[in-house]
Amino acid sequence: MNPRFSRRTGLAAALAGPLALAACGRHTVDPPKSVTQAEIDEAMRTPTELNFWTWVPDIEKEVALFQDAYPAISVDVVNAGQGNPHYAKLRTALRAGNGAPDIAQLEYQMIPSFVITEDLLDLGPYGASAIGDRFVEFAWSQVSGPNGEVWAVPQDTGPMGMLYREDLFQAHGIDVPATWDDFAAAAKRLHEADPEVFLTNFSPSQGAFFAAMLWQAGADPFGGSEGPDLNVDLTSPEAQKVARYWGDLSEQDLIAVDADFNDQWYQALNKGKYATWIAPAWAPTFLQSAAASTSGLWRVAPLPQWEAGQQISSNWGGSTSAVMATTRNPIAAAVFAQFINTDPKSTQTMADEQSLYPPTKAILEDPAFTGSKVEFYGGQEVNGLFAEIGATVAPDFQWAPFQDKVYADFTATVGTAVAEKTDAVAAMEDWQRRIEEYAKYQGFTVRQP
Amino acid sequence: MTTTTADRRRQGTSPRTFTAHRHRRGRLVAGYMFVAPFMIVFVAMFLVPLLYAAYFSLFREQLVGGNVFVGLENYSRAFGDDQLWTGIGRVCLFFLIQVPIMLVAALAFALALDTGLTRLKRTTRLGIFVPYAVPGVIATLMWGFLYGPDFGPFAQLADKIGLSAPDFLSQHLMLGSLANIVFWEFTGYNMVILYAALRSVPTEIYEAAAVDGAGQWRIAWSIKIPALRGALAVCMIFSIIGSFQLFNEPQLMKSLAPTVIDDAYTPNLYAYNLAFVGQEYNYAAAVSFVLGLVILAGSYAFMFATNRRSRR
Repeated sequence: MNPRFSRRTGLAAALAGPLALAACGRHTVDPPKSVTQAEIDEAMRTPTELNFWTWVPDIEKEVALFQDAYPAISVDVVNAGQGNPHYAKLRTALRAGNGAPDIAQLEYQMIPSFVITEDLLDLGPYGASAIGDRFVEFAWSQVSGPNGEVWAVPQDTGPMGMLYREDLFQAHGIDVPATWDDFAAAAKRLHEADPEVFLTNFSPSQGAFFAAMLWQAGADPFGGSEGPDLNVDLTSPEAQKVARYWGDLSEQDLIAVDADFNDQWYQALNKGKYATWIAPAWAPTFLQSAAASTSGLWRVAPLPQWEAGQQISSNWGGSTSAVMATTRNPIAAAVFAQFINTDPKSTQTMADEQSLYPPTKAILEDPAFTGSKVEFYGGQEVNGLFAEIGATVAPDFQWAPFQDKVYADFTATVGTAVAEKTDAVAAMEDWQRRIEEYAKYQGFTVRQP
Repeated sequence: MTTTTADRRRQGTSPRTFTAHRHRRGRLVAGYMFVAPFMIVFVAMFLVPLLYAAYFSLFREQLVGGNVFVGLENYSRAFGDDQLWTGIGRVCLFFLIQVPIMLVAALAFALALDTGLTRLKRTTRLGIFVPYAVPGVIATLMWGFLYGPDFGPFAQLADKIGLSAPDFLSQHLMLGSLANIVFWEFTGYNMVILYAALRSVPTEIYEAAAVDGAGQWRIAWSIKIPALRGALAVCMIFSIIGSFQLFNEPQLMKSLAPTVIDDAYTPNLYAYNLAFVGQEYNYAAAVSFVLGLVILAGSYAFMFATNRRSRR
């Protein structure tokens, strides 16, 4: 063997490798106009393996129910991380054209981000067009495309309310604020009475919270965007109102500005640094384990309003099940995504055992669900209150097709401005400018309404 | 052996050439077989991805509009990218502050252990090395708790005696706080390298020095430290690479101080966020190559400087 020759062939092979890798395309499903029941029955009788990526704990319970109903199908559940790590891996696998799951958990705000890259299968032809009326309107509108596509099936939601410490409110003679003006007054009063306590915390890295605030105020920054045409309007009067409000509270030192979901924040919740947590319907259960030492001290109220007498809420979080366009088993995957999120026993298990706040009307109207009293909240019927709040969620709010980038830029601009007590309204312009720049770089046509 | 081979070669057309040639060929094949496991993994896991990334960095794939060949456009963007160069400047500063302190401490520990002054030598050595055995992620989480501005032990302690602890997670102190974590993690590691090098110095030299009347300080200064030049250079190269590739520590501290550690705090964080948040994979590949180039230049400059000095 001539070593020089072998070196050269080695190099050639190494060079050809990436080219070959880059050249191979990926398989995607061409969704049919409609799928007949016979085709579905046939597919569900055929032995099939499905791969499902989710971070919902104990999802195996619902998967088992599915497998009881369809013994030919086996489902492999993979936890690929929660939130961003999950999406990063999912994107990588989808791009590689290899290793992506058949079904994946997607939060509502991420759906457009995966639609733009053509990674989701339209579930409409697979029977999902017919299940829309089982879900609350705002949840269904979040999974629907402009041309009647169904990009995912809702699994849980997070209508916004306010969790508050009744003991702290009573000790300082504070009434539950009904409007944001009342809330600001209460913040001042509480902090003056006890400088160690803040009425609430504004996390500079929680873009999702800020989006919920924008949503409630009637700002819809990306509303009307379609495909390559992107609307960005973060400087509307509604959006500016929200930024000014939180910026002012922070400038006067009336709220805490700690990053959330870390150890420091858990301790602060336990030790009573914050008197409220403005949070969605999944928060009550979360708080029970995160701040176990404060059991019995919390209560739940609706979100404060911009106008007295109004009742408008918004949504933060919640997830869906989406089928990847790269699946080899579109029918089985589509049936699975619908089954676990609509089957009465499966949805009941999610609501009761995993405490996922349900998007299905059947459970939201069930007195056994709404009437359950929670010890942690002094025996309050928390589910019932959130069911009422859920009915007031404004149905129109659109996400950017790169929402994770939008959130990252939020932290760098508005989040930082609020935390560092600089001009939050000016930061909104900076946020807008960054998004526009990025969108243009990514090939979008940016329109300003 | 060498003379025999040379003799055979000189014999030219002797009848033994054929067998000798076969023998050599057999040894060559055996040699390749031995390095094959390494080479296969090296090529598949390092060289191919590297080349693929280089190829990849010449394109621009947009969310809308597809993939186009752009030549070196990503590189020209990287060379003019303030965010990238701010990050590189920051890790340079980190390197200048952290590495000298760490290496001096590691050297002091290694020398102290080597003199045998310390009792409980093994325990001490293990004690200094153990932090390296703690995974960086866990160490960072632990330090994150210690640095906590409200409920961290430093803050609590300061509060008890009526003072206020410095805000370790603030804009001004963050780099120092990160340097402290890395110091704690890697001093022991560098100490072990230096200590091992010291053990290989022949003891006769020390005896000779003692006969000449040199004390411990003199021995350390005139014999041990010069003998450690090679090992120190190795530690230095590792530290240059490690500093410029800083990632784990700031990535984990980001959840505690998201407004201080931005998406481009270090060049590696920047590349990561470009790829996995902004989906600018091609540009992230170019940024990684620019960073690799900077590290290469830094390491080479360091080696060049030390070689020249030792030659002088």
